[in-house]
Amino acid sequence: MIEDKFDAIVVGAGASGNACAYTMAKLGLKVLQLERGEYPGSKNVQGAILYADALEKIIPDFRDDAPLERHIIEQRQWTMTETSHVGMHYRDDSFNEERPNRYTIVRAQFDKWFSRKVRDAGVTLLCETTVTELLRDGQGKVIGVRTDRADGLAYANVVVLAEGVNGLVGERSGLRPVVTPESVALAVKEMHFLPREVIDERFNLKGNEGVVIEAMGTITNGMTGTAFLYTNGESISVGIGCIVSDFEGTGQTPYGLLEAFKNHPSIKPLLAGSECKEYAAHLIPEGGYNSIPQLYGDGWVVVGDAGQFVNAVHREGSNLAMTTGRIAGETISWLKTRRDPATAANLTEYQRRLETSFVMKDLKKYKNIPDFLHKSGAHVFTLYPRLIAQAAQTWFRVDGKDKRAKEVEIFNSFRKGRSLPGLLGDAFKLARAWR
Amino acid sequence: MTAVSNAGDAGPKVEEKLFQNRYLVDAGRPHIKVIPGAEPSAALRSLVTTCPAGCYSTNDRGQVEIVADGCMECGTCRVVTAKTGEIEWQYPRGGYGILYKFG
Repeated sequence: MIEDKFDAIVVGAGASGNACAYTMAKLGLKVLQLERGEYPGSKNVQGAILYADALEKIIPDFRDDAPLERHIIEQRQWTMTETSHVGMHYRDDSFNEERPNRYTIVRAQFDKWFSRKVRDAGVTLLCETTVTELLRDGQGKVIGVRTDRADGLAYANVVVLAEGVNGLVGERSGLRPVVTPESVALAVKEMHFLPREVIDERFNLKGNEGVVIEAMGTITNGMTGTAFLYTNGESISVGIGCIVSDFEGTGQTPYGLLEAFKNHPSIKPLLAGSECKEYAAHLIPEGGYNSIPQLYGDGWVVVGDAGQFVNAVHREGSNLAMTTGRIAGETISWLKTRRDPATAANLTEYQRRLETSFVMKDLKKYKNIPDFLHKSGAHVFTLYPRLIAQAAQTWFRVDGKDKRAKEVEIFNSFRKGRSLPGLLGDAFKLARAWR
Repeated sequence: MTAVSNAGDAGPKVEEKLFQNRYLVDAGRPHIKVIPGAEPSAALRSLVTTCPAGCYSTNDRGQVEIVADGCMECGTCRVVTAKTGEIEWQYPRGGYGILYKFG
């Protein structure tokens, strides 16, 4: 058995597990954290954008020593076809603020830093330790975990499942269903290294300024998905992801999609001369509000990706992970100060607090978006990008055709491509799902 | 949706990509196994192309096989075959498997 009894055991040392463990330790709880990787971060993959607000609420002065790559001053949203991109760019010098809002990070380095903070706060961390099952008492209340260590039982008043998208412990204990191929995206990513000055010059940056490109269109070959390119200090993260069920039967490979994206004429010059040092793959929960499982029970709560807390529309995940981890930690500590046991009835407080936070409000707002994309994916990711690119081509090419004729041509291409009722229907369905 | 193969489009093969990565292989103890069965389902067969590490292949007898050494533990195969039950999927023992340097 691992030492004596703990107030809480946290399964996993990713964003949500670290946030939860740190919060509880700072509030005086005795916490054991278990991580299957050799070091925290060794199993984790993220784009990665760090949203300052969520971390600030846990570690207010994180900017003093966290390994931050660049703060983001420019966002590029691209709609792409085989040869083009139509972009919406937003760059603002006011993002060069004292406490920037978003940063690029290198996830493995960030996790090491976060884990150091967690241990400094007093958490006992055991790495290279895989949790294999939950331990329950005669009434079915969770009272601890079994690990793959010799004599690897550990006991606590509550177990926090921060085990990520492949949450085997919770799934195999029947706490939540297995995630479906329709509700998760498979993303692949590479780290491309370039000298800092080259990145500065290519993206028109100075100091620690950074750029984010989020892209969609024919790059996913008809599948529902997006691609990204983020500038780090001396590297560029580039990746692409699609809903897992969309891959089946297409014969498409994730690495083939990534190669094609990297070789797109709009992307290739940005990566020219770079050296790739890692290739990564990870699942992203994209089912949204309707995929959120039961979040608590007698002696357990679930946080982060294991609870499907990702806002796919806004590409937010790690901030939801940290926020759900923090709120779970605060709730567990609150119960302890009241001397209330971690029963399902008492842990409804976790759900109640989540409902009043941006996490549940945002996920609820977009609850119909996954379904909309599932049904309208072919139009959203292939037809409309083509029509938009064609319209831009017609509009900007100077060829002696009069402007009125160009307007009619553009209008007709949309009507021919999707029909008037189709266009109105898509607009209506999107508006309704967005609301 | 039409079947499109982009596997050989351009650039390095998946083996070359995996070569960049660090692994600690638990020799002789693969964490993923295909359960021997009759005809592989469409879901299982799709993993030959969907697995991002290219771990799956089809042998001469039409059976789907896995060599999990390059596995990045994403869980795609686990999710895809959850309904058919053709795969036994565990996490590698603590400390083994992929070791992301950057993630």
